[in-house]
Amino acid sequence: MNMESIVFYMLAFLVLSGGIMAVTARKIFRSAIYLLFSLVGIAGLYFLLAYEFLAAVQVVVYVGGIVVLIIFSIFLTQAADSDLPKALRGRKVFSFLATAAGFALVLTQILRHNFIPSGSEPVSTNVTEIGLRMLSTGEGGYALPFEVVSVLLLAAMIGCIVIAIKKPGNS
Amino acid sequence: MEIGLNHFLVLSTALFFIGVYGFLTRRNLITLLMSVELILNSVNINFVAFNKYLYPENLDGLFFSVFIIAIAAAEAAVAIAIIINLYRNFNTIDVEETDTMKY
Repeated sequence: MNMESIVFYMLAFLVLSGGIMAVTARKIFRSAIYLLFSLVGIAGLYFLLAYEFLAAVQVVVYVGGIVVLIIFSIFLTQAADSDLPKALRGRKVFSFLATAAGFALVLTQILRHNFIPSGSEPVSTNVTEIGLRMLSTGEGGYALPFEVVSVLLLAAMIGCIVIAIKKPGNS
Repeated sequence: MEIGLNHFLVLSTALFFIGVYGFLTRRNLITLLMSVELILNSVNINFVAFNKYLYPENLDGLFFSVFIIAIAAAEAAVAIAIIINLYRNFNTIDVEETDTMKY
């Protein structure tokens, strides 16, 4: 067992155990913290794949942004120390069976399928290359989606302000 | 055994169905949002693994992941704005009790 496998299995354990605890923990605040561990583990997987830029984006946006936002909304909407209501037993059993069946189905398809690598020369994934490709308008460039996403973020920002604003006189 | 594409695909499948399980069993809107984040992350792992192991000459999987992260951030922000507004009007964020628009 080489070093890469050991790191991969440790990160996989972190991601999956964090995910399982995040969807089953009784206290919602702990649930958010387990989600944080899971997301950090995924950033570690990106580092393992040598996509350092994506790992940095993952840490900045998910860990530094979304999880903090979720924790703030927990503080704003409920008592952090109260337990969540237990899910109904029937619903739990049904959900477990449905997800297990789906997992088995997808797993058999993945393991049976023979993936064929293109075998081309790998391109470097440093930030210079990523920036040049992302803002190029030629073949394989992503300038248009980049601009569309910036408009989407502006729309989401305005939408958030409009939705969450407290109307004057509305107690 | 060398770490290959299948390892990452099995991991992301497991994470996806953990998210689906949480989505089906939880009743609190914030925990539902957390489950959606897990699902989106499993999709990102898939994109990056395919990019790395099958098409290393392109960076398309990386860009798809970056855009998914951006859209997930926008989605989480809007969802939390809606949740806070809902809490202000109904004093609860349980999906079973916020049924004014149901019928």
